[in-house]
Amino acid sequence: MERSNHDRKIHVVICSGTTCYLMGAAELFGIEKALEESLASRISIEGSPCMNLCKGGSYGKAPFVKVNDTLIATATVPKVIEEIRRQAAM
Amino acid sequence: MLYNNNATHIRRELLVKLASLAFEGTLREKIDRVPLEMIPKGQPSVRCCIHHDRAVIKYRLLAMMGFAIEKETDELRPLSSYAEEALTRTAVEDPLLTVIDEACSACVQSHYFVTNACKGCVARPCVLNCPKKAIQMVNGQARIDPSLCVNCGLCQKVCPYHAIVKVPVPCEEACPVGAISKDPQGKEHIDFTTCIYCGKCMSECPFGAIMERSQMLDVIRALQSGNRIVALVAPAIPGQFPGDYPQLVTALKMLGFTDVYEVAQGADETIEREAEELVERIHKGEPFMTTSCCPAYTRCAHIHIPELKPYISTTKSPMLYTAEQVKQQTPESFIVFIGPCVAKKEEALRSGVVDFVLNTEELGALLVAKEIDVPHCEPASILNTPSAAAKSFPIVGKVSQAVWEKVKEQEKGVQVRPLVVDGIDRQNLKILRQAVKTKPDGNLIEVMACQGGCVAGPTTISKPMVAVKKIEDWIRKSTVRMNAPQEETTAVGVRS
Repeated sequence: MERSNHDRKIHVVICSGTTCYLMGAAELFGIEKALEESLASRISIEGSPCMNLCKGGSYGKAPFVKVNDTLIATATVPKVIEEIRRQAAM
Repeated sequence: MLYNNNATHIRRELLVKLASLAFEGTLREKIDRVPLEMIPKGQPSVRCCIHHDRAVIKYRLLAMMGFAIEKETDELRPLSSYAEEALTRTAVEDPLLTVIDEACSACVQSHYFVTNACKGCVARPCVLNCPKKAIQMVNGQARIDPSLCVNCGLCQKVCPYHAIVKVPVPCEEACPVGAISKDPQGKEHIDFTTCIYCGKCMSECPFGAIMERSQMLDVIRALQSGNRIVALVAPAIPGQFPGDYPQLVTALKMLGFTDVYEVAQGADETIEREAEELVERIHKGEPFMTTSCCPAYTRCAHIHIPELKPYISTTKSPMLYTAEQVKQQTPESFIVFIGPCVAKKEEALRSGVVDFVLNTEELGALLVAKEIDVPHCEPASILNTPSAAAKSFPIVGKVSQAVWEKVKEQEKGVQVRPLVVDGIDRQNLKILRQAVKTKPDGNLIEVMACQGGCVAGPTTISKPMVAVKKIEDWIRKSTVRMNAPQEETTAVGVRS
């Protein structure tokens, strides 16, 4: 039987290259504290080495965050939370 | 706090752009375009229109090139002309903070305001308690007459519905010494005779109107000069970047620094001498001594609590000891202090040994402009790293602890009772004033202007909790295997 989507883990990867870190990634660690317990327990947060998305500008601007497969450019606390909620509701 | 400050984001983006142009050598040609690139046509404006937004960007760039906005005489003078001056000047000058009047929103004078939550109750404690009879009922709700109100706040305290709010002026609220106030147009001005350079107004202004006058361009020029440039890295810095400290040392060398010293080295000397001084003072029967390493605190005491002066340790700060050691070994060195502090800039300017100061964000901008990713750098091998106690200086409580432990080690008979004043605000200033009058419980008082210590300094990038953890990691790594080759090079990011 397929697992219910509501148990599916949400994996948040925060790029921690120097550029992303300076441009706001440093503020994103601890983001789970802004979520209610039932949702916070479903997400895992991890820092990643530079994902090389900042070079050239074709992916947008730093900081970059991936919520499962969705890439967020110029990531902010509200943007990341919105995406987490969107995926949680799927 | 969990939020991204857009003003911070814009400032960092601009610092990176400025650093890139300066490294490329195209600052004069390209800087006039930066406000247009940052705020392109068609983009929604934050202020009244894109032209105002662009004007603010222009003034931010002026401050980042080291100029005081207050000194502008010709509004038509282009950024390129300022760039020319910045790239040829031979000295940096104070004051080190500047207010962008175009960005200052001239917040309404701090006042109390009755919101719609007012029920116009029968009890009316606000009306009855107001000592100035400034509150009347209008259309079933309380209304404060601003011409009578003296901002005592009693009405807010007594309202059973919490319907009365204080509308503050954030910079004035943040300033512990009342050094920032409005001019007749409502724009803020800093009185530099009383300012202690704690940087709190700068951090708190939601419009980002208060800026440091940066020395970043001067540092870039020094790095390109071929001279011997030495970086003095404050002990707070290992907590501010991804990757670990040995990797940051390599990154600094890639930027062009000839040598990198930990300011914790000077902190070891501070601990030694401050412990000696404390024992001497206790033997003389003095009631207490305060630490002296926080420059915002010592300046604050000198200007605002002069009666405290005799109790401040005369031991020099870690920055000064480290700078003196470097100058002694290599007198030809240019010294650049790197830290999260505004007040250190002022201390450096007066010191005569430190040439320039770079803050944490500015160092970040240099690294990004040069595309140097710290976690990808080969870790430098670091010999003779300072003690764990010295490396802990940026964490509140650790300075007094270090001095205390040093005394315990040397003078077993002397009882040290440390006290910590964690952050300079109006309340803690009262406590310090009181300490002079009544004998305090402790005989060693540590004072940190920033609550939490330097890890919470005004230009920090990492959250204080993350910074503390990273500093502790560096302490652990450096004490466990000081000279062994680094095995872990993949320690990236922080899991929280």
